[in-house]
Amino acid sequence: MGRLGTITRRGFLVVSAAVAGGAVFGYLKYRQSPDNPLLQNLGDDAAALTPYVRVDSSGITVIVPRAEMGQGVRTTLAALVAEELDVSMDAIRVEHGPASNAYYNSAILAEGVPFAPTDNGLVATQARHFMDVPAKFLGLQLTGGSSSVPDAWEKHRHAGAAARAVLIEAAARVWSVPASSLSTQDGAVVATNGQRLDYTTLAAACADIDVPDVPELKARDEWRLLGKSLPREDMLPKCTGTAQFSIDVQLDNMLYATVRTNPGLGGYMKGFDAAKASGMAGVEHIVPVRGGIAVVARNTWYALQAAKTITFDWYPAPYPDSTEEMFAQVEASFTSDAQDSRMRDDGDVSKALASASAVIEAEYRVPHLAHAAMEPLNATALYHAQGDEAGRIEVWVGTQFPTQVVKEVALIAGVDESNVTVNTTLMGGGFGRRAEMDYVKQAAETAVAIPGMPIKLTWSREEDTTHDAYRPLAIARLRGSVKDSTIDAMDLQLASPSVMESQMGRLGMNVPGPDATIVQGAWEQPYVIDHYRVTGYRAPASLPVSSWRSVGASQNGFFHESAIDELAFATGVDPLEFRLQLINHEPSRTVLEAVRDASGWGEPLPDGHARGVAFVLSFGVPCAQVIEVRADAAGITLVHAWAAVDVGIALDPRNIEAQVIGGLNFGLAAAMYGEITVADGRVEQTNFHDYPSLRFNQAPPVHVSILEHGEHIRGIGEPGTPPAAPALGNAIFAATGQRIRELPFRKQVTFV
Amino acid sequence: MPGSPWCEEIAVQLTVNGESLEVDADLAMPLLWVLRDELGLTGTKFGCGIAQCGACTVHVDGRPVRSCVTPVGTVSGEVMTIEGIGSAEALHAVQEAWIEQQVAQCGYCQSGQIMTAVSLLGDNPQPSDDDIDRAMSGNLCRCGTYPRIRAAVKAAAVRLSEV
Ligand code: FES
Ligand code: FES
Repeated sequence: MGRLGTITRRGFLVVSAAVAGGAVFGYLKYRQSPDNPLLQNLGDDAAALTPYVRVDSSGITVIVPRAEMGQGVRTTLAALVAEELDVSMDAIRVEHGPASNAYYNSAILAEGVPFAPTDNGLVATQARHFMDVPAKFLGLQLTGGSSSVPDAWEKHRHAGAAARAVLIEAAARVWSVPASSLSTQDGAVVATNGQRLDYTTLAAACADIDVPDVPELKARDEWRLLGKSLPREDMLPKCTGTAQFSIDVQLDNMLYATVRTNPGLGGYMKGFDAAKASGMAGVEHIVPVRGGIAVVARNTWYALQAAKTITFDWYPAPYPDSTEEMFAQVEASFTSDAQDSRMRDDGDVSKALASASAVIEAEYRVPHLAHAAMEPLNATALYHAQGDEAGRIEVWVGTQFPTQVVKEVALIAGVDESNVTVNTTLMGGGFGRRAEMDYVKQAAETAVAIPGMPIKLTWSREEDTTHDAYRPLAIARLRGSVKDSTIDAMDLQLASPSVMESQMGRLGMNVPGPDATIVQGAWEQPYVIDHYRVTGYRAPASLPVSSWRSVGASQNGFFHESAIDELAFATGVDPLEFRLQLINHEPSRTVLEAVRDASGWGEPLPDGHARGVAFVLSFGVPCAQVIEVRADAAGITLVHAWAAVDVGIALDPRNIEAQVIGGLNFGLAAAMYGEITVADGRVEQTNFHDYPSLRFNQAPPVHVSILEHGEHIRGIGEPGTPPAAPALGNAIFAATGQRIRELPFRKQVTFV
Repeated sequence: MPGSPWCEEIAVQLTVNGESLEVDADLAMPLLWVLRDELGLTGTKFGCGIAQCGACTVHVDGRPVRSCVTPVGTVSGEVMTIEGIGSAEALHAVQEAWIEQQVAQCGYCQSGQIMTAVSLLGDNPQPSDDDIDRAMSGNLCRCGTYPRIRAAVKAAAVRLSEV
């Protein structure tokens, strides 16, 4: 009953009345409820049993209101509903659904609480629980932070179970038999005599049925879908070229646009000369947008060509001119004034270091990184100034944050939010970038300037690379000492600009308190060290920065695990064994043991081969990786990788494997090659030739072990990324004796 | 704007996926944009525009080309796009292998990956790992699906040898 109580208060188990030939009790009330957005425009033969399930005569639709940007979320979240609803995956359609506060993400803020994910004490648990309140208040329909599965884990199963109960009750009325005598099977209610009623025929009969008590959720051993590797529902369209990304949107009379905006990011435009562009073939309009110009043409290529010819007079960027100056700002931030957090402070680090016989000191640094999703940023918008739909604006966009899109687009069009429709499409990668609003705002601005015409606005790859909100640059300083073959003291100081400040600032929000992402992936690691301190320093805002797959853990995993490796080396203890001795968290120890065993760690290797290990706990997932390299005259070759993760409950093992491999490769690409630099206030890299990525021939085979000892179910989009850089760095050190403390590695070694 | 010095739109004859077509385009317009914006064949993707990523790979007379840097005026052979390789009702063996191995993540690069793989296996039905490396290294995947691409190319080779 406790569980039901919670759900009812959250109000998402509203059952709609299907209307067959007239108003039915309860219909209006539910129609007005903001809690179930599916009740708008519901057909006469349809029932929206919860915000996640719509049944009509043509079939069953499951809403997965999260961004599908490659992580398989549509399949896994739909399976949570289908499992409890008792339908096969083949029998459902999956839709993203409308932008709505009803789809707020209650798990996404939990990572920001100042309690380690391994801390299951009362205070920590309550703090995480309380994050549900601001999350609901803000109504953030947001995909990120590896939160989709933890957020949906109960919501989606409850939605499926509730819908199933309503359908059973509807069948009971049709047949005039007690509901308790009925069961379900594969999309139908089944009577004891074997009679069947398909769910799709029952929609209208669900009309005035109140939500009955939520039945018990299935026990794990009753699962038919969950826990199994399911074929992804988006696989066939993605292998036949028929998947619809936002760049593939086609509308009648559509025009094609591109933009050029100030390369000094956030800076305004003083003036421009588009005389040549406006005379070029295919060009229809030149439209000023915030910080630059949109060129609207009959074809994307005409727009791209014309945009190149525009000359601009820009105001300077509101940040230092060069990467060197930005690093200098970070260097200058290791001060008590700039101290942002000290969430780990065990023992007495200062005293231990003062009395140490030798202090090991090191400084590490990482550069800005671009997201570089394969699909360049784009959005389509259509604004109506006249006619029946006057004042309405519709957008088609791959976004991680649809509710924010509604707000921003409404502001631009000067209309009420209820006049904005957002169609969230598949995304050709996101990695955090598609939580930003710039590209969709530009499409809306352009559409408002040209009413009645759908405008598809596509960035060139050059615009995409030079106008990102980047992973921040960062510097770490280590002071440590070893004693009795282990670490006695470890003092890690981490300085970088704040992602939260930059990202939330662009949304017009000011977040008080420390930014946990500055120390994420370092302060909460499950190592037991007598004297252990992690301090975050906030460098001044400079280049716009944002969430980049695994956020702070992307740099801090490298810092922390390189530091642990250096200290291990100082003791002479095997680095994997060294970590096992220091870690007190059982699931974390187990992932280390898993990569040790899978890789045959410690066994003799061919000449020139060596291995590195790293362990990072991020987004609640302990992840250990071993990377084997070969060093020879040609350079460094990646030979093999092993990874082990603990997700608590593995809903879809093959998809989890894919995410771990993808996360690891994303981390490797950045560690080996990723570097964004600024000169004269502009980002210098423009495309894949000067912002290279990992290529097919360089990607090692990856062996993944998936474990389920953890206390909570976890998401896996990000945790595979942080250990890759330090595992590779530690392997290069083991192979060559060269300790590389600055990324990307290619500045100091050659990769084959 | 016909007559403008920047562009000469003329009727261009093309054969795409077995169909003969005529499209008005500037001869300098890359095939990619003719396919996507003029013909509505959006399975071929724009990734970089400078022959660095392979997302736009199509076949001309069976050879893989980067359609983003191939002016439509230079295309005289038969163009094949992902839409012409196979469909849900009639999958190509390479597409079947891709589905069997569950390769795609975001999927944006996969049209190009599949087109490159089809061409590789057409030339070399039993490619070695080195052959696969050479053929596939021009196609970027930011989602890091490379190990499954390799497995799928091998699985497709087996399927094709059994036909
Ligand atoms: S879009 Fe043609 S190679 Fe990248
Ligand atoms: S599957 Fe996303 S880029 Fe390859």
